[in-house]
Amino acid sequence: MDQQQIDIDWTACQGHGLCAELLPDHITLDEWGYPLLDGAPIPPRTLKRARRAASDCPVLALKLSPAAAPR
Amino acid sequence: MTTTTFTDVYMSPRLLAPGGTAADLATHEQRYGPLSYGDPDGLLRTVAESGLTGRGGAAFPTYRKLVAVADASRRTGRAAVVVANGAEGEPASRKDKTLLRLSPHLVLDGLQLAAQAVGAGEAHLAVEDGASYLESALSQRNDPLPVRVVRLPKRFLSGQASALAQYVSGNAPLPRHQRPPVRERGVHKAPTLVQNVETLAHLALVARYGADWFRTAGTPTQPGSTLCTLHVPDREVRVVEAPFGLPLNRLLPLQGMSAVLVGGYHGTWIPAADAAQRTLNAADLGAGVLAALPANRCGVAETARVLRYLALQSAGQCGPCLNGLPRIASAFQTLATPGSQGNTRQDVARWSGLVEGRGACHHPDGTVRLVRSALTTFASELDAHARGLCTATDPTPLLPIPNEAH
Repeated sequence: MDQQQIDIDWTACQGHGLCAELLPDHITLDEWGYPLLDGAPIPPRTLKRARRAASDCPVLALKLSPAAAPR
Repeated sequence: MTTTTFTDVYMSPRLLAPGGTAADLATHEQRYGPLSYGDPDGLLRTVAESGLTGRGGAAFPTYRKLVAVADASRRTGRAAVVVANGAEGEPASRKDKTLLRLSPHLVLDGLQLAAQAVGAGEAHLAVEDGASYLESALSQRNDPLPVRVVRLPKRFLSGQASALAQYVSGNAPLPRHQRPPVRERGVHKAPTLVQNVETLAHLALVARYGADWFRTAGTPTQPGSTLCTLHVPDREVRVVEAPFGLPLNRLLPLQGMSAVLVGGYHGTWIPAADAAQRTLNAADLGAGVLAALPANRCGVAETARVLRYLALQSAGQCGPCLNGLPRIASAFQTLATPGSQGNTRQDVARWSGLVEGRGACHHPDGTVRLVRSALTTFASELDAHARGLCTATDPTPLLPIPNEAH
């Protein structure tokens, strides 16, 4: 399977911060409460929690996308 | 000591009607000959060979964009939409407005050709000004695809591709998350080609005269010419056409200047001494704005004015931009005022890192580009300010800012 990475829809994100609680190794929060990504692809062992972070985001601003997707 | 020769003519103009007189359809056809539609594949090949790139600021290869939209249209089975982008929300740029006024039919030719190349079923021309004038130009023509003129609100971000696609679709002109991109899913969710009006005008000439002709101007890696808006103190703002590779000191008088703003409000300040060594380069030219800052003005104060405007022009949708830009702008106001700076410069550097790459559009990235270049180019002036001194003697505002509160 293709590697997945985290993709934030910045127009949707309201800084709830749940993603940082679920994926502390990959997401921290900036001084305004918005997610800072480490930019690395998600390792297979973390994929399940990453999917949960996506589905638990209150505004569905976090998505998983194939790594290095062209913008 | 050398004297810089300053002249208006850098090449035989390709795009702008001579003499500053607007060309009606008859004059246009007399000058360029009638437009003929060949086969779309042939046109795409010619565009590829020409090396034409977008003149809206990103300098993206036009051929690749046309092919991407045509492919998306084939893949989805949906007819593409073409939007000619004449928004020109950049306050310091006047080249698109000037082109649309003087040579509307060249842009409209290019719009039809682009529409044909991607198999579009819908065409729009989006502008802030001059919509009625363009509608009357359209009414003179016998185009295969009808064109709707869209009147845009005057905002810095109106011309951002996803914001433009939203507005043409009947929604607010706000940037959207860029996956999938506009070229795959734009106006009414159809594959959409958003192309700057100057790019379309070049396309109209490439289609007529071919790739080799196009490449007779410019450099081998950056072929062709480009429209520039020149800001020189105590002179009228001028739009000129110049080939890539032309030394900047042919375009701007650099004696008595401290710095040059290259590329507009998302661009970079460079010291005048560096500008003297540089040429017109698509990589940093943005939408073609060049502004000379005289040594008696304060670059920090000018940057603070621009940053205040850019912060106000944030669409306010993305947290990092919404939080970061006003803080950066306010910090620059502090830096522009001679006196103690505390940690302000470090704050600006940190906030710049926090907004960069963290938005739906490039507004934060472009703003940070300007900020970082100002911190470098005006470093000694910033040090002077920290010691309580501004070296500028003329506080008159220089760069154009719409609706600026004093």
